[in-house]
Amino acid sequence: MERTMADSGSEDIAVIGNTDLTPSESQNNVRNTMFEKGTNLLKRMEISVAEAEKRTGKNAVNMQETYTVYLIETRPVDAVQEATSPVPDSLWRRYSEFELLRNYLLVTYPYVVVPPLPEKRAEFVWHKLSADNMDPDFVERRRVGLENFLLRVASHPALSNDKIFRSFLTEEKVWKETVFETGFQAKADSRIKALNATFRVKNPDKRFAEMKHYGDELQSVISQLLRVRARAADRLYGVYKVHGNYGRVFSEWSAIEKEMGDGLQSAGHHMDAYAASIDDILEEEEHYADQLKEYLFYADALRAVCRKHELTQYELETAAQDLCSKKQQQEELATGTVRTFSLKGMTSKLFGQETPEQREAKLKMLEAQIEEGEELVKERNVESGEFVKGAWADIERFKEQKDHDLREALINYAIMQISMCKKGIQVWNNAKECFSKM
Amino acid sequence: MKLLGAMMQIKRPRFYSDSNNSVPSEKSPPVSIPADISGEMLDLDEDDDLEVFSKGTSLTDGNSLNPSTQTSPASMINQYKFQEEEEDADAKDLFVTVDNPESHVTAIETYITYRVVTKTTRSEFDSSEFEVRRRYQDFLWLRGRLEEAHPTLIIHPLPEKFVMKGMVERFNEDFIENRRRALHRFLNRIAEHPIFSSGDDFKIFLTAAPGELISHKKQGAGFLSRMGETVRAVAASVRGVRNRPDEFTEMLEYSEAFSQKISALHKVTQRISKEQREYLEELKECGPTLALWSSCEEALAEPLRCMADSLDRCCQETEEQLKHINDELIPDLHEYVLCTDTLKAVLRRRDNIQADLEAKAEALASKKTERESESKVLSLAWDSLVGRSPEEVKQHKLHKLNGQIKEIRDELEKLEDRQEWANNALRSDWTRWKKIMRTDLQSAFIDTADNNVKYYEKCLAIWESFLHSQRAEAEGNKNVDYS
Repeated sequence: MERTMADSGSEDIAVIGNTDLTPSESQNNVRNTMFEKGTNLLKRMEISVAEAEKRTGKNAVNMQETYTVYLIETRPVDAVQEATSPVPDSLWRRYSEFELLRNYLLVTYPYVVVPPLPEKRAEFVWHKLSADNMDPDFVERRRVGLENFLLRVASHPALSNDKIFRSFLTEEKVWKETVFETGFQAKADSRIKALNATFRVKNPDKRFAEMKHYGDELQSVISQLLRVRARAADRLYGVYKVHGNYGRVFSEWSAIEKEMGDGLQSAGHHMDAYAASIDDILEEEEHYADQLKEYLFYADALRAVCRKHELTQYELETAAQDLCSKKQQQEELATGTVRTFSLKGMTSKLFGQETPEQREAKLKMLEAQIEEGEELVKERNVESGEFVKGAWADIERFKEQKDHDLREALINYAIMQISMCKKGIQVWNNAKECFSKM
Repeated sequence: MKLLGAMMQIKRPRFYSDSNNSVPSEKSPPVSIPADISGEMLDLDEDDDLEVFSKGTSLTDGNSLNPSTQTSPASMINQYKFQEEEEDADAKDLFVTVDNPESHVTAIETYITYRVVTKTTRSEFDSSEFEVRRRYQDFLWLRGRLEEAHPTLIIHPLPEKFVMKGMVERFNEDFIENRRRALHRFLNRIAEHPIFSSGDDFKIFLTAAPGELISHKKQGAGFLSRMGETVRAVAASVRGVRNRPDEFTEMLEYSEAFSQKISALHKVTQRISKEQREYLEELKECGPTLALWSSCEEALAEPLRCMADSLDRCCQETEEQLKHINDELIPDLHEYVLCTDTLKAVLRRRDNIQADLEAKAEALASKKTERESESKVLSLAWDSLVGRSPEEVKQHKLHKLNGQIKEIRDELEKLEDRQEWANNALRSDWTRWKKIMRTDLQSAFIDTADNNVKYYEKCLAIWESFLHSQRAEAEGNKNVDYS
């Protein structure tokens, strides 16, 4: 599939419904244009998480709780291009349902680096940001993150075709049932158990080991960056806000001066403007922090895939080993030589040889087991091979996406810095003029 | 207004106290100065209009003050204005610099001397260039002398004697440089002042060899006389002044208010410096983190490295911007904080002179009353006992009183002259000081604004070059295979 760079602005993907684009939304548009052209869903359907609302209701333990629901809107692309666009289909979902969807996808497509959800709780906050899940700013950023998640899934070649995903977008009531009917939960549980157990793989695919290591590094470095950035934002906020005090003192001072008064007063206004400007700046910067966070969580998803590879590899090796030992047993039984120590061997030595009939029966059983075993090994081999192939392809896809996205983020961050510098220049030039009139 | 709207959404950070919106200006800042300052802030709504008294009264004539000539304010106005233009028209004829600090170690102490270089065309100087070394004590001496000679003139402050808290060593580089700068400023202010710069003490300070200076110092008003002055000053301040003219009360009020404002500005600037320093420390970690990241990446390595580089360069610029605040703006503001002490002292001394005068006038009045009553009183029985005739005694007493009254009247006249002279001197120096203050602070703020503009311009250039490099990369790499 051909990659198109963001600069070439593909128009195939329709613009999201509302015309008033916030910086984060326009960011999304940029991102949309770089999703692969080959994906089916986004070509045909427009998806957005348009709103968020508070609801109260009874929870599982019959207690009142307040939670937020998000409005998912979908609309066929063709309809938008016509002059009269119909009302979009919409339904409400809460965060836990998104989690459910994602867990389903994780289990069903273990070889895919599944896009992450926005964080459950606010982390890497600096003092101005609230850690409260009900905080409107947090909710808004989560809305954007959820939309991003849906768009990522919808643009993934495999995931976008999933029935459960489709019905997540369109069937409000019955969806939960449908998901549970797939029985993914059981698979998930056993998978989790297996993954949590320690096991050693004899011949891991080197590439996956490297990828896992990369995932570790990526997670560590992005965490560090987010932490540093949050602290820096805190400080910068302080710097700007203290300038507001200049405004106040200048204003008070201007009242006791005759000639200097006007100049001081107007300079004070500019100081106030300067102090106020930091809010918008940091709000925008928060957006880039969110982009980083997405890849922080992506790193986790990447490592999960690598871990799953190890598991499949381990299962293959286990099966092969079992087969090997069974074959060996067969050989020993057939030739009568005991090459390896076994309890059976010991007992037969101690308690005498088996009867020819017993031996025959055993040999027959072993044969059957060996046949089964060979089937299993074949299966597992195929599984493993397919996994490796699928996973590696997805990892390559992910790498390209990551490189592109992060590069865009760096560029946009630089653009933001430029805008911030320009504002600073303007404010201080204005202040300088006022001082000259003092 | 969007500005207000944006401000309304702000959640107050924990370390700023709530501003009480008592000042109904259209811009009420959401953040106030920490509580210890806001308590001292004047609520300027209710204050009387603190008009600065700036009528152009002047010194009586050009270079020397003659206390006995009494000229009307009107004529003084003209003289001052003329003088001012004259000053501007004349080229500056005395240039002085303070530099080159050097450390001296003796058995008893370690101290620093500064080189003082004077270049002048003034005729009263024997030559046109002088170079001497002076230590802080010498500057203190000079200022003390000027204060003694001109109690109601405003002398620029010296840098503080003692070390600010938080400094480890008395002689660290920054401290010395700050002091040097302040001493340079001090000498230049003295040199620019028509009265101070024409005195002997100043001349000797600039030109005398160390031995000369020491002996000159010894000649000056001794400890005892200074003691006497202090005692009188204390007595006077206890007495208090009765009828201070409004103009001087206004000056006092202005000094108070100005003192608050300038202290507040100084504190605010120190706070900004602190926050900026801490911001810089955090920012310094971003570059290395990105560099670390870049070492894990392939295609992303170059842009990450570039950004790390850009951030490091921004740190350097931030460092420089901070340097200006610490090395220039803060000391400049601090000097004017010290100035307010001088203002208050000068006003106090003027008050004391007036108190002296008032006391003397009272003494005269009471003597006169005594004389009045004496002339009416008949002699006492004692006098007749002693054998003097009542009339004789009365005449004797009256004669004595008249003598005393004449004495007091003479002294009173002197004090009146002194008062008039002190008031005039203060008045014109006040105007002069205000002008200088305005220029000084104006240029300090302009410099700071300039510095900040430069800072943002440099950062802007850094980011633009980053963008440029990335876009160039993008163009170049469109067809590159990333594997």
